[in-house]
Amino acid sequence: MQLLTPDLGLFFWTSISFLVILFLLTKFAWKPITEALKNREETIDQALKSAEKAKEEMARMQADNEQILIEAKEEKNKIIKEAKEVRDQMITEAKEKAKEESAKIVSDAKREINNQKMAAITEVKNQVGNMAIDIAEKILSKSLEDKKQQESYIKELVDGIKLN
Amino acid sequence: MKLNNKFFGYFKIIFAILLIMGTIVPKQTIAGGSGDEYKPGEVILHHIMDDYSWHFFTVGHFHATVPLPVILYSPTKGLDIFLSSNFYDDNHQVIPYKGYELDHGEIHAIDGSDVYDFSITKNVTSMFISIILMFFMFTSVAKRYKTRSNQAPKGLQSLIEPLIIFVTDEIAKPMLGKKYMRFLPYLLTVFFFIWINNLLGLIPGAANLTGNIAVTMCMALITFILTVFNGNKHYWSHIFMPTGVPPALLVIMIPIEVIGIFTKPFALMIRLFANMTAGHMIILSIISLIFIFGQSNMAVGYSVSVLSVGFAVFMLCLELLVAVLQAYIFTILSALFISEAVADHDDH
Repeated sequence: MQLLTPDLGLFFWTSISFLVILFLLTKFAWKPITEALKNREETIDQALKSAEKAKEEMARMQADNEQILIEAKEEKNKIIKEAKEVRDQMITEAKEKAKEESAKIVSDAKREINNQKMAAITEVKNQVGNMAIDIAEKILSKSLEDKKQQESYIKELVDGIKLN
Repeated sequence: MKLNNKFFGYFKIIFAILLIMGTIVPKQTIAGGSGDEYKPGEVILHHIMDDYSWHFFTVGHFHATVPLPVILYSPTKGLDIFLSSNFYDDNHQVIPYKGYELDHGEIHAIDGSDVYDFSITKNVTSMFISIILMFFMFTSVAKRYKTRSNQAPKGLQSLIEPLIIFVTDEIAKPMLGKKYMRFLPYLLTVFFFIWINNLLGLIPGAANLTGNIAVTMCMALITFILTVFNGNKHYWSHIFMPTGVPPALLVIMIPIEVIGIFTKPFALMIRLFANMTAGHMIILSIISLIFIFGQSNMAVGYSVSVLSVGFAVFMLCLELLVAVLQAYIFTILSALFISEAVADHDDH
């Protein structure tokens, strides 16, 4: 065994051993390991990508939320405004209605009063009529005494009527 | 600063002791005879090279050695399988066995006929251990990916995963482009095979597998075969019909390109072998210093040991880096050579 001359035996065993370990490791170690590494690389890549995507989604959702909030505020303001309008309208309507009602009541009352008045007048007229009849009776009972007196009495009576 | 001063203080004391020891007993001879003399060159080469048995340590006459099977094939005598311990007698002297003799770490037939040596040597054993280790390591990691799919890596997985991703993203993808998946298993296996064996080689008493030229040759040869057999039309036309070269220069260019096919894997082979062997040699040399000094005087030897161990630790740390660096270089250059062979025309 010399330092610089290769031994046949060692060369032979090295070739066999190296080829055997090359074959075994290729089959049982390098292939599974490189595949696993590749898979992991892809998985990490994908995870990072999806995280980025989620982040974007979040940002978008936040923007959406803000938009929704703004819209909601607008909606609220609109509703409040509308409610105010409705309230005002209702108040004015109520006022008008009340006015109309009161006017109606007043006119009714007027008409009633008128009716009552007419009824009262009618009654007065009736009573005056009765009184006139009574007076006429009295006149009739007194007229027999003096023509002159009679006439003056009638005249007096008539004057009395006119007073009414 | 305080700590630094203290540290240098210790160094000064050590140097002072060394100097004193050196001057007081400069030429004291050691007790043992010339047979026991320490020969660093032999020891270092013995540690670096392959062996038929796995020797761990020797205490007195006790040798902690694991005998390994010797497998010999001779066209005349046929196949012979026996343990390497048969080459030694009870006194640890080398003896012939079954017509074979062990001579300076090599087995010859006594009658001089041809012998093909397929022994399971120290390096082969170490390699078997390493591939079993690799198999269980990586299949267990692969299982983790199934049981914990799409989860963060855990345990051994978190050590291996960055390296696999490194080889994939920094070596295979930039070099080979779209075709990287075809060669990735080879690149990953080469990277981890070299790295793990480099690291195993750093363990004291372990085999220097990646610093053996037969091993590096084998792997360089596989890269060479992958290059040649995957070479597309463009690759070969670049070698045999280089465009834009004056016809007169073709006489020079074509041989250079043809030689280039072989020099590239050859460089791969030498680079890994030389780097790992050199690293081991440096560490062993530093450790040998202890025994060289210890031969002249025990006390000097002990003193030097402090420095030597310090340097050896530093070198080992460096070797840890070299282990991964050489694995990386071998892998990236293999990828580069293959990419030259398979590159699409429109890539340029």
